[in-house]
Amino acid sequence: MESVVKQKVLALNGDEAVAYAVKQSDVDVVAAYPITPQTIIVERFSEYVANGEVDTEFICVESEHSALSACLTASAVGARAFTATASAGLALMHEILYVTSGCRAPVVMAVVNRALSAPINIHCDHSDSMVERDCGWIQIYAENSQEAYDSIIQAFRIAENQKIMLPVMVGLDGFTLSHTLENVHVLPDETVKNFVGTRQFPLVTTHEGKTVPLRLDVENPMTIGPLDLPDYYFEHKRQQEEAMRNAPEIIKQIHEEYARISGRRYGDGLLDPYRLEDAEIAVICLGSTAGTVKTVVDDLRNEGVKAGLLRIRTFRPLPVEGITKALEKVKAIAVMDRSMSFGGHGGAVFHEVRHALYDAATHPHVVNYIYGLGGRDTSPSQIREIFNDLQKILETGRVKAPVQFVGLRE
Amino acid sequence: MTNHEKGWKEIPIAGVCWKPTTAYKTGDWKTYKPVRDSEKCTRCLMCVIFCPEGAIHWKAEENDIEFDYDFCKGCGICANECPVKAIEMKLE
Amino acid sequence: MFSEWKFTIRDIAEKPDLFMSGHRACAGCGPAVVMRLVLKAVRGPTIVTSVTGCMEVVSTIYPYTAWNVPWIHTAFENAGANASGIEAALKVLKRKGRIKQEHVDVIAFAGDGGTYDIGIQALSGAVERGHDFLYVLYDNEAYMNTGIQRSGGTPHGAATTTSPAGTVIPGKPQYKKPIADIMVAHNMPYVATASPYYWKDLITKARRGIEVNGPAFLHVIAPCPRGWRYDTSKSMEISRLAVETCVFPLWEAVNGEYQLSAPSKVIALRPERKKPVREYLKVQGRFRHLFTPKFEKVIDEIQRITDERWQRLLKKCGMA
Repeated sequence: MESVVKQKVLALNGDEAVAYAVKQSDVDVVAAYPITPQTIIVERFSEYVANGEVDTEFICVESEHSALSACLTASAVGARAFTATASAGLALMHEILYVTSGCRAPVVMAVVNRALSAPINIHCDHSDSMVERDCGWIQIYAENSQEAYDSIIQAFRIAENQKIMLPVMVGLDGFTLSHTLENVHVLPDETVKNFVGTRQFPLVTTHEGKTVPLRLDVENPMTIGPLDLPDYYFEHKRQQEEAMRNAPEIIKQIHEEYARISGRRYGDGLLDPYRLEDAEIAVICLGSTAGTVKTVVDDLRNEGVKAGLLRIRTFRPLPVEGITKALEKVKAIAVMDRSMSFGGHGGAVFHEVRHALYDAATHPHVVNYIYGLGGRDTSPSQIREIFNDLQKILETGRVKAPVQFVGLRE
Repeated sequence: MTNHEKGWKEIPIAGVCWKPTTAYKTGDWKTYKPVRDSEKCTRCLMCVIFCPEGAIHWKAEENDIEFDYDFCKGCGICANECPVKAIEMKLE
Repeated sequence: MFSEWKFTIRDIAEKPDLFMSGHRACAGCGPAVVMRLVLKAVRGPTIVTSVTGCMEVVSTIYPYTAWNVPWIHTAFENAGANASGIEAALKVLKRKGRIKQEHVDVIAFAGDGGTYDIGIQALSGAVERGHDFLYVLYDNEAYMNTGIQRSGGTPHGAATTTSPAGTVIPGKPQYKKPIADIMVAHNMPYVATASPYYWKDLITKARRGIEVNGPAFLHVIAPCPRGWRYDTSKSMEISRLAVETCVFPLWEAVNGEYQLSAPSKVIALRPERKKPVREYLKVQGRFRHLFTPKFEKVIDEIQRITDERWQRLLKKCGMA
C-alpha cells in the first residue's frame, strides 16, 4: 500500500505546469511550433533543454503539421514524443491527428484550448479540440493547472498501454489556466520517472514472418502506414475503436494508481461529479468553468437547493455508462458547451450527453447552454441563472428553449 | 484475392504489412517477354541494373544472368538498352 | 569528406534488392529504377520514409510491402518533417542507450508533387534545421499518381491533365522550378542531380548524400511512360537524352561549390556533343502538340531556356 509522496508546491501557470510535467516524464522528442496561448510551454521547455535539465531532442519545426508529423515518426522509431498546440495549430495538424491514431503512435499533446478563426481570437473556448473528437485521440480536459500537470504524466502511461496504443490530448483552458498562476503540487522527479517508466511495445507480425515489437527497428524491418484498399481499411479502423473500448478501465486504473501516490483524485478519472449523489438539477461542463460552477453549487446547497455538477474529464472515449449512472436521479440537466456546432441544434457535449441518456431508464430534461466563446467570461450569477432555469423546468415540466446562449448581446 | 480475408482481430495493428511483395507475382502482366541470346550476351549486367522490377538476377556462382519471369512485366527496357542487342521481346 | 566508395557493376548486381520485386508500378517505370538504385547505395542500418505518391502507393498495397528496410509513410507534404522526427529519435535513443546501432542512416523519398509544391515547406524547414538525412526527389514531372496533373516540376510546354495541350494554350505555360538550385541556396552540405541511365553516377551520389553529415538533396529525373507518353522500353533512353540535350544536366554542389558530373562535363568540353532539345521532345507524347506549325515556336522557347540555364550552370561550375 503506497503512501502519498511528499510533494513540492511551486507557483506555476498552466503552461509551466505542463512543461514541468514533460520535463519529469523522460520525454525523448519534443517537436513544437509556438501559438498563443501555448507559447509558454515551448519557451519553458527550451530553457530546460538549453540548461541541460532534460535529455530531449527539441525540434523547432516550421509548422504544426510538421510538429505532429515529426512526433509521429519519432514515436514510430520508439521515442516518447510530446507536442503542444492550440486553435489554428491544432486545425493545421488535423490531417496528421488521424494519421497518428491510425499508426497507433502514443504521442501526447497538450492543447491549450483556444477559439478557431475567423475572426481570429486568441482566447479560450473548446472549438479547437471539440472538432477533433472523431480523430481517434483520447481526450482529457483539465479543470485547473494542477490537473493539467497530473494529466500529462498520466497521459504517457495511458497512451503507451499496450491495450490502447492511441495518442492522448490533454486540454487546458487558454489564458484562464495557461497564463494564471496556481499553487501546483509537483511530484519528485524519481516518482514521475518511475510512474511513466520506459516505453514498452506491443508485438506485430511483419512481412518477414517475425513477431516483433512495433517500432522501426533496423533488425526487424517493417512497414507502417501502407495503402489500404476497401478490403482492409474498415478492419484497421475497428482495431482503433477496440483500443478506445479498452481505454476507460485502463484510464481509471492509471488514475487510481496516480491518486495513491499523489493524494489527488478527479472523480474516477473519467467523470468528476460534485455534490451529485442526491442532486435534482445539475450542470455538465468541461474544463475550468467547473470551478465556477462548484462555487454556485455550494451557494445553492446552502440555500437548500439540490444542485450538483458533473464535470466530464475524459471526453473520448465517451464514458456513456458513467454518465447514465451519475445522472440517474437528476431530473433536469443543463449541458454547458464552450463550442458551437453550427446548424447542429446545440453543442457537441449536449448531443453526446443526450445520446448517453437516450437508453437510460429515466428520461430527464436536458437543455443546452452555449457559453464562453472566444474567451467570453461567464460569471457565477450567469451560472446561477442556468440553475434557476433548471428549477423552473422542474416546476413547470416544460422547456422554453432547448438551446440558449449565455451572456450573448442580442 | 482468393485467399481468406483476415478479420480485424487477426491482422497486426498500425497497418503493419505482413506479406512481402515477392509473394505477389506480377509476371502475368506482360504481353511481351524478353528472350536472351546467351551467345550474344556479354554479361555486361546493364539489364540487371535497369530492370524496374529487379527481375533480372546476376547469378555469380553460375557466372550468368537469369530472368525471373514471375515478376517481369515485359516493359522492354532490357532489350532497348542491351548494348549488343542480345535480348528480343517476343509475344508471350 | 566522402569515402570514395569504389564499386563495380557486379558489386551492385550482387547486392540484394531492398526494394523488392512484386511492386505494382507500371511496366517500364522510371522511378522504380531510381528506388532500386538508390537503395543499392545504402551502407548499413537505414530507415526510409516515403510520402504519398506513386512509389509509396505501388510498394505498399496492404498487406504487401516491397520494402526490406524499416519504412514509414504518413502523409503527402511532410517528407522533411518525417525525416526530422526519425533522425531526432535515433539521436536521442542512441544517447540514452536504447538502441544498439552505432549509426542509422535516414532516407526520405518524395516525388515532384511532394517536393516542389506541397512538400517544400517541410523540406526547407528540415534542411534549415540541419538534420542528418538524404532527401531523394524522384522527378517524373507531374502528379502522376493522381492522373498526370501538372506540378511545379512540370517543364514548359508539357501536356498534363491540368495543363493540357489545347488549341489556345499549348501545355504548361510556366517553367520548371529550379528546385535543386533552391536547395543549394539553403547553404546545405550536399546537393546533386542524377539520372538513372547514369547508374554509377547516381549510386555514387546517393552514397555521398548518405555519408554527408547533415542534410543532402538528390534530384533524380525519373521518366514515366504513362505520363510522358512513350513506349515502356524507352525510360532509360529518355533519362539519357535528358542529360545529352542539357535539359537535365548532371552536377553536384558540395558546400555550395558547383561541379559538373562526367556525363555533362563531356558536353561542356565538347559543345558539339550537345544534342538539340528536339531529340528529347520528339520521343515523348506529352510534347507532341509542339510539333505543329502553330506551336513550333514553343520548341524554340524550350531550346532557349535550356541553353540559358545550361550557360548559367557552366558559369557556376567555372566552365563558361
